[in-house]
Amino acid sequence: MQNNLVETFTQKAEAVSAVVKKIKNLQDAFDYTVSVCADKEACQMLMSGCDLAVSDSAGKLCELKPGEKVIAAPALDGKNMEQLKALAEKQGISVIHQGLRGYVAGIDIGLAIADLGLAETGTLVLISSSEDLRLATMLSEIKIMVLPLSRMRAGSYEASDELSAMIKNGSDYLSFITGASRTADIERVLALGVHGPLELHILLWEDA
Amino acid sequence: MLTAKNLKEYLNEIEDALENDFQRKTLDTFAVAYRTGRVNAFSGMDIQTLVKEIAGSKDASIARMDELFKEFKKKAEALGVHVHLAKDAQEANEIIADIARKNSCQNIVKAKSMTAEETHLNTHLEKEGLRVVETDLGEWIIQLRNEPPSHMVLPAIHLSRYQVADVFEQVTKKKQDTDVHKLVKVARRELRKEYVQADMGVTGANFAVAETGSLGLVTNEGNARLVTTLPRVHVALVGLEKLTPTLKDALRVLKALPRNATGQQITSYVSWITGPNECDSAPDKKKIMHIVFLDNGRRKLSRDKNFSQILRCIRCGACANVCPVYRLVGGHKYGYVYIGAVGLVMTYFFHGRDKAKLLVQNCVNCGACKEVCAAGIDLPGLIKDIHARIQDEDGHPPKSRLLSIVMKNRRLFHALLKNMRFAQLPFADREARYVRHLPSIFMKGQDFRKLPILARKPFRDQWKDIKPVVVRPELKVALFSGCAVDFIYPEQMIAAVKVISRGRSIAQEHPDKQTCCGLPALMMGEKKTAREVARQNLEAFDPDKVDYIVTLCASCASHLKHNYPKLLADDRELSQKLKAFTDKIMDFSSFVRDVMRVSPMLFDKSGQKVGYHSPCHLCRGLGVREAPRLNLSMTYNYVPTDEEEVCCGFGGSYSLNFPAVSRTLLAKKMANLAAGGISAVATDCPGCVMQIRGGMAKAGKDIQVKHVAELMAEQLK
Repeated sequence: MQNNLVETFTQKAEAVSAVVKKIKNLQDAFDYTVSVCADKEACQMLMSGCDLAVSDSAGKLCELKPGEKVIAAPALDGKNMEQLKALAEKQGISVIHQGLRGYVAGIDIGLAIADLGLAETGTLVLISSSEDLRLATMLSEIKIMVLPLSRMRAGSYEASDELSAMIKNGSDYLSFITGASRTADIERVLALGVHGPLELHILLWEDA
Repeated sequence: MLTAKNLKEYLNEIEDALENDFQRKTLDTFAVAYRTGRVNAFSGMDIQTLVKEIAGSKDASIARMDELFKEFKKKAEALGVHVHLAKDAQEANEIIADIARKNSCQNIVKAKSMTAEETHLNTHLEKEGLRVVETDLGEWIIQLRNEPPSHMVLPAIHLSRYQVADVFEQVTKKKQDTDVHKLVKVARRELRKEYVQADMGVTGANFAVAETGSLGLVTNEGNARLVTTLPRVHVALVGLEKLTPTLKDALRVLKALPRNATGQQITSYVSWITGPNECDSAPDKKKIMHIVFLDNGRRKLSRDKNFSQILRCIRCGACANVCPVYRLVGGHKYGYVYIGAVGLVMTYFFHGRDKAKLLVQNCVNCGACKEVCAAGIDLPGLIKDIHARIQDEDGHPPKSRLLSIVMKNRRLFHALLKNMRFAQLPFADREARYVRHLPSIFMKGQDFRKLPILARKPFRDQWKDIKPVVVRPELKVALFSGCAVDFIYPEQMIAAVKVISRGRSIAQEHPDKQTCCGLPALMMGEKKTAREVARQNLEAFDPDKVDYIVTLCASCASHLKHNYPKLLADDRELSQKLKAFTDKIMDFSSFVRDVMRVSPMLFDKSGQKVGYHSPCHLCRGLGVREAPRLNLSMTYNYVPTDEEEVCCGFGGSYSLNFPAVSRTLLAKKMANLAAGGISAVATDCPGCVMQIRGGMAKAGKDIQVKHVAELMAEQLK
């Protein structure tokens, strides 16, 4: 059963151009995150269009972005944060966990751990009450999300009690996230990364 | 947005829209791609049940609107949300402007909201001196062009990348590349700076969950997440019909909404906001949150037995996606703010009779919208009802008043039809098959297809001579010929009688007092007349004495079967007979296939290549799809062609009122058929025969167009 769900989830998430990988532990997730970030060009502005014909005032946004590469991981706790920071430092990458408003022009990677997965649609459920977490998953060019397989559910109906409980227990901002930010508003041509991330990477964590 | 003041102006605007090649091509590609996308998105799911469940739960919520509002308000206020109820658009706009003023907001970013389009919120806020920027890409583009949306989900679908680049050049003061991906990134960057400086975010909501006081927002771009996160004030404008008791109800709609809208399993983002969230730029690091519920006629509508169903609408836009008229003319000519079939009805309730009265006439009644509606709304029925209601309020035009008078009196009606032939003959061609020319007042724009001359002798006058004698009948059938077969194409019914008489001991009768089914009256907004002729037909038939009532006209059949119960719902004493009558209605192809189980041994199978046109009222109206094609395959070399189920553009009086649309639909139909390399077309409706045969004759195409009954009779051994 669990295998079926993972298969469905993977298939559905890949169908909306998410990258899906399996990992054994959180350490793998940090390694992956740092290596994706290291391979990526700094301030690549994949979607933000530094090199494009934006207006002068929109061009100025670039100045808000620090020169070095940035990973935002607001939800990581002390020990995990230390681990990620240590790995990132070796590559000259800085890791932040708060003050995301200062990075509105964009950050390279946003890392978060999903609260549930919905196999039916390849959806990640994220309790996003923290503003920094919300912004980390919106302002990043590449969003990496870890999904513990123990949190995998068949679909929204099967998870509806848990979802209701999340809302009732004070999650004032609950997000379903499926694939990257997308639009088809110009000539119905699918374009990724219109406001949020251009890429979504999902790391399936075999936590049980 | 529709600006025409009268039908003539509207027809001119439609002609212009038909010349818009870019829009035509885009909407054509979309219509075809959407069909496949939708099927794939729902694969493995039981759509019928889902639609029924959504309709049921929406109806239950609509009936409890006031109660759900109270519950929502209580929950949300306990969390610190300010909840308002606006009685109309003006009040909603004022409340929102007031919130901006009181919180010293100057820059507003907006996520897409049809409800805000309904109230013309932007115009109001701008007049108040506020700066409003739409952040949904399509909405931003049309805002910059100062246009209304042309589709509920794809607001800028009418525009090309070149037009978008032009607009972006004005914004950025830089030359733009026309690559779509680059344009999207330019928009991303330009809008990002708007979020930074905005102090207020305005959204709509797809759901308002009463039990928790939560809003649900469904988006692909993620702009709603930024709009509800960065600015310190969040205002949501929500129609009262979005209230739903539990999260589970919302999740159910969510299963259908993205699939039906764009063929997506789910959108990229769905956000559930329950109370003010953490916001670093707000005074106590808590968002200032207001929810403005909009009545604007919804509460009154929720108590309307018939029209309350439009409040079920989940704003997926599917009714536009499949509408053959929308596909030709685009959203700006097919709605005011709300677009597509549901838009025609909503316009009446939310923007008034004047805005709706032309639009509601532009429905060909093909039923494509009803078939895909995620909430099971009877859209074509409601459009006709609105049309009738507007005529009751505004006065009936002379043309439809005259039709009413004539149609109510069967003898007069039939006498006129018989005499019309003599009026036509001076204008007939040599074989007296088609009208050669007519005085131009009758023919304006009508000459895209040849019109038939009425038959020398109607079927009703031939019946006693051809009635087959059956000594010991095992099955009794009553024939309902309908006006077109009776007076124009009696040969179709004669052919049908021949085929039916080859079954085992089937007695046939043709009740003489039958009259027009009444659909033309309904199409012209003459509901009372439609009701009157329905009663006459019920009187003409004795359903207890026959096993089936067979008709050759798909439109008559679906009208008799599905509209009679609605028209005569209040006639309690008729209810039993009505049920017996409607239960026994059957189309010719189904009768031959399913009841007679006609044997291939009766026919010499021909090798002739024959195409099929599926009448709207057969495939969607009656759900009959297999029978005619099997009948054809049994007797001919049936060649499937593209878009067999798309309307031929006849639609009864529709083709007379909107000749430009009818002409274009017919041209498309003929091109699809001709591409099949066929020499004949079969169909199950005399109206479709009239339209397609007239078109082929006008175009000089050597493709015969006949009723399935005629083609079958020709191959009888």
